[in-house]
Amino acid sequence: MNMLELRQVSKSYGQGSAGVQALREVSLTAGEGTMIAVMGPSGSGKSTLLTIAGTLEMPTSGEVLIAGRSIARTSRAGRALLRRRLIGYVFQDFNLLPGLTAAENVSLPLELDGMAGRKARAAALTALDWLGLAGRAAHYPDQMSGGERQRVAIARAMVGDRRLLLADEPSGALDSVNAEAVMRLMHDACKNAGMTAVIVTHDAQLACWADRVVFLRDGQVTDQTAPAPGPESLLTPDRDQ
Amino acid sequence: MSVRHAMLALLSEGPKYGLQLREEFEARTGEVWPLNVGQVYTTLQRLERDGLAESGEDDGEGPQKAFRITAAGERELARWLRLPPDLSSPPRDELVMKVLIALHVPSADVHVVIQAHRRYLVELMQQWTRIKEDDAGSDLNMSLAVDAELFRLDSVVRWLDAAEARIRRAAASGAPLSAAPRSPVRAPLPRHRREARTQR
Repeated sequence: MNMLELRQVSKSYGQGSAGVQALREVSLTAGEGTMIAVMGPSGSGKSTLLTIAGTLEMPTSGEVLIAGRSIARTSRAGRALLRRRLIGYVFQDFNLLPGLTAAENVSLPLELDGMAGRKARAAALTALDWLGLAGRAAHYPDQMSGGERQRVAIARAMVGDRRLLLADEPSGALDSVNAEAVMRLMHDACKNAGMTAVIVTHDAQLACWADRVVFLRDGQVTDQTAPAPGPESLLTPDRDQ
Repeated sequence: MSVRHAMLALLSEGPKYGLQLREEFEARTGEVWPLNVGQVYTTLQRLERDGLAESGEDDGEGPQKAFRITAAGERELARWLRLPPDLSSPPRDELVMKVLIALHVPSADVHVVIQAHRRYLVELMQQWTRIKEDDAGSDLNMSLAVDAELFRLDSVVRWLDAAEARIRRAAASGAPLSAAPRSPVRAPLPRHRREARTQR
């Protein structure tokens, strides 16, 4: 099943000569367990695509389906429920609450959704453990490195039954080693935990962790990579003996 | 890639056979640069000829012949490790040439040309990333060699991004895409090249 499907999605802001066409008939599908990267320069519509995929905004035209369900035919309350239970967001600047510990930051969305505190905390500890942060559960964000904070943000985006991970420049504030660690974790979340991820980035080295890279330009999908062959072709020895 | 100096580096650890050198070379370079046996023995013969490696009568014959580094070889290895490769002259890069030419071919859309190369580079980078993925960072040599290749390809993608932005800006401002031919301007030499010239 496709976890996310965008069909001919367009989005415009304003009207007439002052209007801006942020997306033009964008079609995109992301099956379960796949990781997709969206690359493009500033102003190409990457972030708009992500906010529409995350149901934070509605398209001007076209259709968005999440887990096979049409967003246009879902009530406002239904969309809020989808956002709370099915979709996790990761941002460049982590967006952690400074007054809460790592475990409290991760369990907060579950508690806000009505889950009992003890159960939410157990789920948060499981998510932190999966991301290698079991020993940091009681630490506050300012006691952690940038890489650790982003891992907490990923734990928060994956906690509970969330299946769709939407990330906007998730490693933009990290050095290359930590950035790679974050991409590796999101890749593992797709391959081993069945998550689906759409990651927006302008960084080719990070985009390359995805199964497919989609190129966006002036609000349009202009191109995408073919399914990547295995690395064997790079390593086949050319020996004469 | 200097196979000659890589062989010297391996011999600096102690005497080794030709086949052993090939296996260790590939392991040290993360198996990114395959090497055939013929190259190994040709290189060893040249090292012997130049007095940088040696093999005695007691060192066996054929594949069982062991080679060791000489004192001159040790000095040559130390000199080579510290010597920066000559990166001061811009290479005649085929990709750069294609983009520059596409700008002036009426039937070519330079943006389509740029995107074709960008997609190819990203696909290549995806393949290199798969190696890191499978390896999970446990092989340091492999990680370093793959990183080097990824950074190299990434720099070309960045150049394509910058080139495209520059071309768009020029087109938006109505500036001509080609300038009248000028007399060539010689770029100033980097400091270490100037010093090298002065010393000659």
